[in-house]
Amino acid sequence: MNDRERSISRIAAPVRTFAQRFAYIGLIVTAAALMLVGKMEPAAFERARAHVTDAVAPILDAVSRPLDAVHDMVGEGKTLLALREENARLRAGRDRLLQWQAIARKLETENKALRELLAFVPAPGTKHISARVIGDSGGAFARTMILNAGSRDGVRKGQAVITGAGLVGRVQEVGLRSSRLLLLADLNSRVPVVIESSRVRGVVAGTNGETLRLVHLPPDVVAAPGDRIVTSGHGGALPPGLPVGIVSVVGEGGIEVEPFVDPARLEIVQVLDYGLDGIIEFKAGRTEKTR
Amino acid sequence: MKPTFWHRVDKFARDLTPFALTFVLVVIGAIPFHIPGFAQVAPLLAMIGIYFWAVYRPDLMPSAAVFLIGILHDFLSGLPVGISALIFLMVQGAALAQRSFFFGKSFVIVWIGFVFVAAGALVFEWLVLSVVVGEVIQARTALYQFGLTVALFPVLAWMFTRWQQAFLQVD
Repeated sequence: MNDRERSISRIAAPVRTFAQRFAYIGLIVTAAALMLVGKMEPAAFERARAHVTDAVAPILDAVSRPLDAVHDMVGEGKTLLALREENARLRAGRDRLLQWQAIARKLETENKALRELLAFVPAPGTKHISARVIGDSGGAFARTMILNAGSRDGVRKGQAVITGAGLVGRVQEVGLRSSRLLLLADLNSRVPVVIESSRVRGVVAGTNGETLRLVHLPPDVVAAPGDRIVTSGHGGALPPGLPVGIVSVVGEGGIEVEPFVDPARLEIVQVLDYGLDGIIEFKAGRTEKTR
Repeated sequence: MKPTFWHRVDKFARDLTPFALTFVLVVIGAIPFHIPGFAQVAPLLAMIGIYFWAVYRPDLMPSAAVFLIGILHDFLSGLPVGISALIFLMVQGAALAQRSFFFGKSFVIVWIGFVFVAAGALVFEWLVLSVVVGEVIQARTALYQFGLTVALFPVLAWMFTRWQQAFLQVD
């Protein structure tokens, strides 16, 4: 190395360290700024997020299929072992359901007759879109899932996602072939509900924990453990009467609701196309119009 | 001897692998395993990758790469955009700052270093998110997530070390 090169490297090394440090701090500031922007304008990154999720969706879809198969096989083995008791239980259940069916038939005809008398406007027809859970990545602080159905399948923002047991959550973002499901347990989840027996309106909010919280009830309302909570249909995005959960604890810390659906084992879910396209978005306890 | 064109392409591709591997870890973290409760406590694989490469080959994991990985993690996990980028950059910064201390020390020391860095990062994430949301977030799952991440560190570190020996020898 001659003198010239040596002197260049003597200057260049600190300059490079300085540039690296500058880049590092710049990136930290950028990350913090992104968070601020996201906080002030929650929809800011929606499209970018949907695009990224869309791009990764085929990979997740491919990888999650064999995993689902293994999971199904394990489940099958367990079922085989418990077949006898299951059978007895189902027989008892069927007998009970047959009685309910008779009652339901009677009520249905009665209901129809009464609706005709009142010229009642029925709720719009609902379409079901079946989707597979291909991503479950929330981590400790967010409760979302990625579904393999997107706008090309008819999924729209705000739609309800259900299983046979009840409401799972709502569609938060939609890409072309994938969408993000915001679970009831997420901190950002707010669902307008009623207490089924008393028809009192409230909002079920996620806590990031196992249970949900029933908030925004009128002050003098009493809820008791065991009360069923169903969607109210207010806001127009969710059909009324979807089962959400059951009141488990009523205490100092508020009213806790145990959800009907355990999201951990979800493989296939149904997105409800209610026809109203999520007219009003409920978020953080306030209403706002979506585009 | 001057390196040929293909030699340089080969080296470039190899040098890209620490970033690519960590990137893949983020995607792996998004796969649904259908184990009850697992998604909430799933280890932060990418954090292990970022710490490891910051300690052993910082030249192959620039801050911009860490930033990108963080943003991808935010997008896929549904967290507020920027939070993981911030956390991962802090992990990298902490690892780089202690790099001279780790030099020549045994693996256990590096692991203990990770325990502290990961704990700090998760507590910071919890604080920031609690401020963003405006209420104190339940953090029990984060505790398990921390435990799993720390427990998985030697496994991933071993794989990274083998990778490094096989493909990333300094020439």
